[in-house]
Amino acid sequence: MSVTTRLIVKGGRVVDPATGTDGMFDVLIEDGVIRRVGKDLPVDGAEIYEVPRGAVVAPGLIDIHVHLREPGQEHKETVATGTASAVAGGFTAVACMPNTTPVNDHAGITQFILKKASEAGLARVYPIGAVSLGQKGDQLAELGEQKAAGCVAFTDDGHPVATALLMRRALEYAGMLGVPIIDHCEDPSLKGDGVAHEGYYASALGLRGIPGVAESLMVERDVSLAELTGAHVHIAHMSARQSIRAVRWGKDRGVRVTCEVAPHHFTLTDEALEAPIKYDTNLKMNPPLREAADRDAMLEGIIDGTVDLIATDHAPHHADEKMVEFDRAPFGIVGLETAVPIVFDRLVHTGKIGLSRMIALLSTNPAAVMHLAGGTLAEGSPGDITVLAPDMSVTVSAAALRSKSKNTPFDGWTFRGGVAATIVAGRIVYRA
Amino acid sequence: MTAIPGDRLIADITGTAPATLRSRHLLGIDGLDAGEIQLILDTAEAMKEIGTRSVKKVPTLRGRTVVNLFFEPSTRTRTSFEVAEKRLSADTLSIATAMSSVTKGESLLDTVRNIEAMAPDMIVIRHASSGAPHLLARMCRSTIVNAGDGMHEHPTQALLDAFTIRAHKKRLAGLKIAIVGDLLHSRVLRSNLLLLKTMGAEVWTCGPATLIPAGLERLGPRITTSIDEAVEGADVVMMLRIQQERMHGHFFPSVREYFSLFGLTSERLRRAAGDVIVMHPGPMNRGVEIDSEVADGASSVILEQVSNGVAIRMAVLYLLAGRDTAGNEG
Amino acid sequence: MPQVMDADRMSRALTRIAHEILERNRGLDEIALVGIRTRGVPIAKRLARSLKEINGDDVPTGALDITLYRDDLMRLPVGPQPVVRRTEIPFSIDDRKILLVDDVLYTGRTIRAALDALIDFGRPRAIQLVVMVDRGHRELPIRADFVGKNLPTSARQSVQVRLQEIDGADEVVIEGEP
Repeated sequence: MSVTTRLIVKGGRVVDPATGTDGMFDVLIEDGVIRRVGKDLPVDGAEIYEVPRGAVVAPGLIDIHVHLREPGQEHKETVATGTASAVAGGFTAVACMPNTTPVNDHAGITQFILKKASEAGLARVYPIGAVSLGQKGDQLAELGEQKAAGCVAFTDDGHPVATALLMRRALEYAGMLGVPIIDHCEDPSLKGDGVAHEGYYASALGLRGIPGVAESLMVERDVSLAELTGAHVHIAHMSARQSIRAVRWGKDRGVRVTCEVAPHHFTLTDEALEAPIKYDTNLKMNPPLREAADRDAMLEGIIDGTVDLIATDHAPHHADEKMVEFDRAPFGIVGLETAVPIVFDRLVHTGKIGLSRMIALLSTNPAAVMHLAGGTLAEGSPGDITVLAPDMSVTVSAAALRSKSKNTPFDGWTFRGGVAATIVAGRIVYRA
Repeated sequence: MTAIPGDRLIADITGTAPATLRSRHLLGIDGLDAGEIQLILDTAEAMKEIGTRSVKKVPTLRGRTVVNLFFEPSTRTRTSFEVAEKRLSADTLSIATAMSSVTKGESLLDTVRNIEAMAPDMIVIRHASSGAPHLLARMCRSTIVNAGDGMHEHPTQALLDAFTIRAHKKRLAGLKIAIVGDLLHSRVLRSNLLLLKTMGAEVWTCGPATLIPAGLERLGPRITTSIDEAVEGADVVMMLRIQQERMHGHFFPSVREYFSLFGLTSERLRRAAGDVIVMHPGPMNRGVEIDSEVADGASSVILEQVSNGVAIRMAVLYLLAGRDTAGNEG
Repeated sequence: MPQVMDADRMSRALTRIAHEILERNRGLDEIALVGIRTRGVPIAKRLARSLKEINGDDVPTGALDITLYRDDLMRLPVGPQPVVRRTEIPFSIDDRKILLVDDVLYTGRTIRAALDALIDFGRPRAIQLVVMVDRGHRELPIRADFVGKNLPTSARQSVQVRLQEIDGADEVVIEGEP
């Protein structure tokens, strides 16, 4: 592993919404930091990376919703394999969720995760800590200490923040610390033991349903509490059209609410449960794939700005765990390595959004929402770059994924658009 | 001279039923077309006669092994399959999983793969999870027969129901058939709905609003929460079992109120057609969905359903066994 | 397609067979006819009529479907399964002389299956075999007691007995190269 102190990324179209840059420029990274963006930069012994023709040079992509599974569930994924998967997907940084075993509710775990990330030396890792001890919803975790240890936000993801009171207090407290609370919005009584979206397909297949309102009811709660406390709530993995309405309503009133959508929720619907394979557990996730009107609402929100960013909710599960009856399979699919191709193919090339918006959704806004350095190529920013190849043909092969787990619904799918290279702190950590 | 009643069936030779089923499994009514359904019903006619002989056996499946894998308790369906298998001279093995390795945490796939190591020809499976037979059909070698999966389908029940209706009404098309009960959780409903729609019947479904599945109208029936409306002029009334545990999900307040709003009484039955038949997949909760007077009355064909079950299952096993794969000499 | 028997000849053959049955069995005591589906059944019906005309008595007649007893059932390549039809034998066969009736006797396997089926119904005193056409090429030690016509054929040929009740006309035709 060579250490390059100076790297010039040459010959690409630089698109950086944060600085309003869009043009053919070279980028110089020195000592892990963006030094200059300009034309015909002097080489001076720097390593040169000439990007492929047609490539787009973007600030490093950031995925703020990833499950790295370490500590405790290393059969599904580790920090090492997860960050390898991230850089292969074009992500220079990920924020990882606390529902590990044990739950990341104290500084020791946060430090462990950071140490593993440093050893792997690939994508940057920003731990997200639990809101409550054990994510049980009874008692606040030591958010202050966790922040000092390196946590960038707090969530009980996997579960909603259990009560309105706890959510209120968490928002107030986290607001004091200047970090957001991320909520997995779901009313447990309406969700019940549901496993699929409550609708025609769940009924036809005999699967217990989860209505969209189970999610939006909680979104409405959180928007109201964010309004009350003046703090920032970020809604994780939105899926229901009613939730988009609730977020729009909040933003219109000036509430500090942001939200994310995962690629599968603007690409697939519950119709996929029936064909080509019935009861494919690679289509089981929470929140579930919903109906066409919901998918269309997600697309609308992405286009009109209601949706702030795209995050994958990368949720690896071992093949044995998924190869069971639908009811019993764990929720979740991997997503780090399919996100960029899907965004290109289904959003950019269909004309729904432009390249600039794509980069805002995947880099600029994730950095802004989570207050992370990065998300821009302004001088002094971290030397993280994603070299995108808008016309690369990508055929997804589950077996070839760098993630330890292969639970993707997109096996065999072909997309137009991919990642040519990923650079973290001035080092090329992935090349196609 | 003694007439040969069966002669009129000679006309069936040129009928529209195909000679084989397209799929090598029976996972549900979904995927069967009208011709295949008719083939199964016609074959069951022939199978029914075997049950009237003194030697109730034919050598057709001699040497074949059928495993009955029942993950949910069931006496009626399991016995029915066992009798059907034995009448076809198959070797049958019933595994009731309470006493098996499943309680030790073995996965469904592992359980079945272990059974497959002993090379059964067919596996009849009943499971509490919708889609369990489909998982097996994808991952295992044997022919799979669905004996009821979760809330999804119970194809042999719908087939025996259709057989029973056809025996009384001589047809399925154009009949008004009312299905009343817990529509949300019932696999019998889904299978019957699919079959009866395919065969051209007019189906009315009825139950409390809390037990009507989302999107039910897309499957084709008329939907009502009034049992009187459903039963009015009906040729067939099919009552579904209501599980008393449903009270805990706030689906209905009490058994008493359920019976008063949705129970089939002789009075309510009077609104139906004069020659109405009353059906129930069993086991019945007397006084909950149906009162004893109706269950035991002249219109009830509930016991016939049970005996027809054996003939239908014999027909299904026969038709699928002939489609056996390269695993066996075929 | 070469016709080897026309309606007239078939009718006379059946009449002749009826007389032979009566002669050999010394009357109709304890006799019953069982036609093998499908074309054995109308032939059995006609024979019953003939016997009644000659002798005056009704002959109990039944229909037997041997599909489930075939020895080639589960050995056929995947494809159309033989269709199973109802067996209707509305009388006891115990201690009776059963006359099995079929259209064509060829390898003998159908008759073997029919014998197995009959044994499951009871214990007849005797079983005799009536066929419209015997075309040879037996694969099992089976022979007919009463034959409408002996027809030497090659294995490449096929013999079809057509009946008014099913095919709209009476005739026996032979197809293929000898």
